[in-house]
Amino acid sequence: MWFKNVLLGAFVLFLVLGCSAEKLDSKPTISIWHWMTDRDPTFQELAKKYETLTGVKVNFELYAPSDAYSQKIRAAAQGTNLPDVFGILGEKRDFASFIKAGHILDLTSYMEANNNSWKDSFFPKALAVNEFGPQNSYGINPGIFGVPIDIMTIQMVYNKKLFTQLGLNPNRPPKTLQEFLDIGAKIQAAGMQGLVSGWGEVWMIDCLANNYAFNLMGKDKVLATIKGEVSYTDPDWIKVFTIFKQMKDSGVLAQGLVTMINKSAEQLFANEKAVFAFNGSWCVNVYKGMNPGLEYGAMLPPEASDKYPIAIWGGAGSSFMVNARSKNKEEAVKFLVWLTNQDQQAYLAASTNNLPANKNSLSKIPEILAQFARGMDYATHPNVWGVSEFSLVIEAFDRGIQSIIIGEKTPEQVAIDVQRIKERELAKKRAQ
Amino acid sequence: MKIRDRLENYVFVLPAVAIFSIFYIIPFIWVFQLGLFEWDGISFTKVFVGLGNFKEIFLQDVNWWRAMWNAGYITLIALTFQNVLAFMLAWACDREIKMKNFYRVIFFIPPVLSEVVVGMAWRFIINDIDGANIINRTLVGMGFPNLVHNWLSDPKTALTTVAIVHCWKGFGWGFLIFLAGLQTIPRELYEAARVDGASAWQSFRKITLPLMIPVAVLVAILTVLGTMQVFVLIVSLVGGEFAGHTSVPVLRILASMRGSSRFGYACAQGITFGMVLIVISFIQYRFSKKGQ
Repeated sequence: MWFKNVLLGAFVLFLVLGCSAEKLDSKPTISIWHWMTDRDPTFQELAKKYETLTGVKVNFELYAPSDAYSQKIRAAAQGTNLPDVFGILGEKRDFASFIKAGHILDLTSYMEANNNSWKDSFFPKALAVNEFGPQNSYGINPGIFGVPIDIMTIQMVYNKKLFTQLGLNPNRPPKTLQEFLDIGAKIQAAGMQGLVSGWGEVWMIDCLANNYAFNLMGKDKVLATIKGEVSYTDPDWIKVFTIFKQMKDSGVLAQGLVTMINKSAEQLFANEKAVFAFNGSWCVNVYKGMNPGLEYGAMLPPEASDKYPIAIWGGAGSSFMVNARSKNKEEAVKFLVWLTNQDQQAYLAASTNNLPANKNSLSKIPEILAQFARGMDYATHPNVWGVSEFSLVIEAFDRGIQSIIIGEKTPEQVAIDVQRIKERELAKKRAQ
Repeated sequence: MKIRDRLENYVFVLPAVAIFSIFYIIPFIWVFQLGLFEWDGISFTKVFVGLGNFKEIFLQDVNWWRAMWNAGYITLIALTFQNVLAFMLAWACDREIKMKNFYRVIFFIPPVLSEVVVGMAWRFIINDIDGANIINRTLVGMGFPNLVHNWLSDPKTALTTVAIVHCWKGFGWGFLIFLAGLQTIPRELYEAARVDGASAWQSFRKITLPLMIPVAVLVAILTVLGTMQVFVLIVSLVGGEFAGHTSVPVLRILASMRGSSRFGYACAQGITFGMVLIVISFIQYRFSKKGQ
């Protein structure tokens, strides 16, 4: 009998405790999903620090690699199970789709509070990636929808030791395309490898090609091409394609570049087997891990023309968005304000060798990172152009350049192929 | 009583039917349904386009059919080279040879390795600048310096190289199934044949081959299904589609989903691909029935 009473008592206690109200003074837990393996330990440390300061627990959950993360975010969006804070990997149109579906909080009012204090702490170009301007082509109400955590620029790097071995001045990297191409013969003669990059994964080809498109024809003409007002068979575009043929013919490109993944390219450059690499500012951390003694410098892609300035891709490296449906959104915003203030950004930069998004945190970064940071003056990004090229056109463009490098197609043939796809996509859009 | 028996039978079958329906039939129908929409995979709204996606696949998508062709080429090499090799090795291990258990283990190592690991290892073996360049060095050592070149970044050899690495990784499965099949052949048949004066070749042709046809069909179907869906190995060997030279259907589906954010179109590609595989398997099955 006593056993029955104990059991009954335990059951009643369980029910009473189970049905009791949530503790009124309990602090929420902010859940953040991300893909940044290299930054995860630092995020965890910062989360602990924030909990000590405020009592608010922050759970950083890492889902790597980025492809898997991207799929997880999309699946969670479909099931409206997104965490309080998350990042989006993809193009601006994907970002816009998330906003249209009501998944992302408009942060403009928070950014502009207290005389724009939060907004003004960022590099404007870092913020621009997360911004939708008036009358943007995506149909999104103007506003700021993301918080940049760090910034990046994609530039060229060169090995100073190999430069000396080639009889070149290690403090004077090539400034013009012709100077760059001329080094090809020296590289070939020395039996070295020239430029390495992740061109097997294609998007970096698109990046360099666009750098040269801006240099040869200017931003307006590039955007006019995306809008369908200028053809890819235009002589300026053929010049862009021809640059890749010139690079291939000069011997300045490494062997097997078109099937090279970026990790291999990074290993080759870090192990001093390649003279040049085309990579993002994240490479500083990667090279440091692979070869701490590597002597290298960052440089802008050598100019093919002096008509327009060269542009490089840059801006926000990674950004966080706040879930508009989250019950913790106010707390999430507060945490992001804290995470992006000067001290936390300086700590993040020092620990991970990434460029801080807060412009006041740049003072104590290493020289090589400072070189990448200076590239921000030339930075642009497809996500700030306000218009997007059709993805099938981008694919044809990148594949075409691969074909040029392997000697399968001429620049003119590639231009015709790309324009054909462009016209097909434009016709499809008009029909909708 | 009869009705009760029948109901009992249905009850036994029900779990299998339910599992098959929930995990195969219903998702297939859903994916087909999604294939009728233009959808970015994020929005809650989808635009109905009817059979427009399928029309685009069949009439306009040159890259898709090129990918199908490439997968077919790899499959053809796997069906011939890989399966013949698997059968020969299984036949050798079925006989009384020394260390046959050791060989059985060795031959089964490649299939249990991850495709990423196999791809990276072979990339290291084959590539010259970021690898050990073993293939080219061997060719030079054997007196064939004119055959040296970039196997993975030459469009003429990239797909064949991928196919050969795929065969290396996959032959172990065929080996195991063939070996299991060979061991089910009654030894008495061979003894009777020997008593009747049949040679080893005659025993192989008249006993082994006919009795192995059902096993060979099974291996062939599994090879087709496994090889047509290859993509991880390609990504780790050549980084991706390599200007279309190593593009395969699964990479195209991924490109539609990730690159273009066209989930509806990717679903239509998935259904088309699934139907092609079903048709190929059905044809193989019919042929084997005829052969028997």
